[in-house]
Amino acid sequence: MAHSPFSITRFRIIFITCWIVLVGDNIMVLHFFGLPWQAAIIDSAISNTILLLACLLVMNTLRYYLPRGNQYINIFSICLFLTIAWLLLSKWLLKITLSHYDGYTDLLRHSLSIRFSIAFLLLGCVTLISILWYNQKDQKENEERKNDAEKLAKEAELFKLRQQLQPHFLFNSLNSINALIGSRPAEARKMVQQLSDFLRGTIKKEETQWVTLQEELQYLQLYLDIEKVRFGNRLATEIEVDENVSQMKLPALLLQPVAENAIKFGLYDTTGDTVIRFRATRENNNLVIKVQNPFDPETASPQKGTGFGLKSIQRRLYLLFARTDLLITEAKQNTFTTIVKIPQL
Amino acid sequence: MKVIIIDDEPLARSIVKEYLQKHPQLEIMQECGDGFEGLKAIQQHQPDLIFLDIQMPKITGFEMLELIEQPPSVIFTTAFDEFAIKAFEAHAIDYLLKPFDQQRFDKAIAKWNEQKSNTTEKATQDLLEVASQSPSQSQRIVVKNGSKIKIIPVHDVYYLEAADDYVKIHTSEGYFLKNKTMIHFEQSLDKEQFARCHRSYIVNVQQITRIDPYEKDNHVAILRSGAKVPVSRSGYGKLKEVLGL
Repeated sequence: MAHSPFSITRFRIIFITCWIVLVGDNIMVLHFFGLPWQAAIIDSAISNTILLLACLLVMNTLRYYLPRGNQYINIFSICLFLTIAWLLLSKWLLKITLSHYDGYTDLLRHSLSIRFSIAFLLLGCVTLISILWYNQKDQKENEERKNDAEKLAKEAELFKLRQQLQPHFLFNSLNSINALIGSRPAEARKMVQQLSDFLRGTIKKEETQWVTLQEELQYLQLYLDIEKVRFGNRLATEIEVDENVSQMKLPALLLQPVAENAIKFGLYDTTGDTVIRFRATRENNNLVIKVQNPFDPETASPQKGTGFGLKSIQRRLYLLFARTDLLITEAKQNTFTTIVKIPQL
Repeated sequence: MKVIIIDDEPLARSIVKEYLQKHPQLEIMQECGDGFEGLKAIQQHQPDLIFLDIQMPKITGFEMLELIEQPPSVIFTTAFDEFAIKAFEAHAIDYLLKPFDQQRFDKAIAKWNEQKSNTTEKATQDLLEVASQSPSQSQRIVVKNGSKIKIIPVHDVYYLEAADDYVKIHTSEGYFLKNKTMIHFEQSLDKEQFARCHRSYIVNVQQITRIDPYEKDNHVAILRSGAKVPVSRSGYGKLKEVLGL
């Protein structure tokens, strides 16, 4: 439920000031038309207090019921009805309390139409202002809700993209460990450790967390070591990092899926040995990471280059930076290159 | 009895080798790291049984099997391939999910020993039919050209032509033969891109430059390469549908 305008002190002060001014003006006018001070004060106090109550009633009603579209005629009717009720009530009270003053009954009768129009205008104004107030509040709340929903959806999406660890990788790694247990138990134990560290890494990091390139490369190394056990001599990697970039930052867990894609692409598209090259450099205020893998241009179908791995990276970069130009791929001769640019914030 | 192990991961081969020590009647003839090697080894040794991984470099285990006229008995080994597993279940074909233990392995061998007598070739053929429709395989056609294996991306195919028990696959490099039916290709190829325009022809609509009338009721599609593909009356309807006319 929207807050009433009275929840804000400023509005309370304005409202009370307006009411005092109104009462004062009313007294002056009545006195000007020949009513003694005392009678003028009583008259003004009675009629304006009832009017104040009517205003509060309208404002409170609108808090729970906001007219939509063509229901404005209802508001008009309510204002009209309230004004008439106010007029009758105050006329009755004023007659009881003030009829002993000379000429007061006459004055009251003559001023009825003026009293009516002023009260109607005032009530109308208050109603209009309240409607505007509550409408604006409503809109603001809707917008906040929408923003919240969008934020939640974005977080969920990032989480999902990050979690899409290939089950293929996991089960094959377990299979390799199974094979090592019999023949080379020490290596099996080492691989269990690497796999655990790798999995722990995917769980503990927040999707929006930034890490240094050095940290991310350590994590990547775990992954590459596991893959090297799986594929044996077929897989080799070269990592080259410029001196001044190892402390530059990037979103956590961004590099591993790029490497995964390159390895999959490289290993499954060629039959020979595969070398995956990583190179990190600085370009203006960007961290630029270049990953190269071999491929066979004759058999690589065009869809393959934007396989799941890269699509999710593209999406993550878009969600983080609202840019689509941060991931570039190029295929030249037998080398497929993936370039990721990470603006430094 | 002769056995061949085909898997691209050395450790995955070694675990099969280790489990096979319990079955001395099975002799390992060769270990292969991809489908090309596998194909050669199978032709050379004519094994009784092969252990076959599915995801391998260049061609999948299924694609390799397609190239063999009379495939040997197969025990599939896979880590995670939803599509393949569904296909295995549907055709009651035994498979080993990595990692597996000696017990499970022995069971697969026992089952194979039982079934060896009654032919399972039909089930294998059905399986390959399903597998060819998987997302990874429907984008290309693997053919054997003499002793060489050729992978044709489907967008390179001009048109297909029925030729007795074979289908001629016409590409920029001439045509290749594949021991499949027209119905197989009609079902497995992308229906947005290929249309059965004639009883004996399937055409890649992206290659068509124009369609001319030809004799009474018939048409002919002219391709970019200049090739002419006959279009029957009902085929013309299908073609128009794919082209969105």
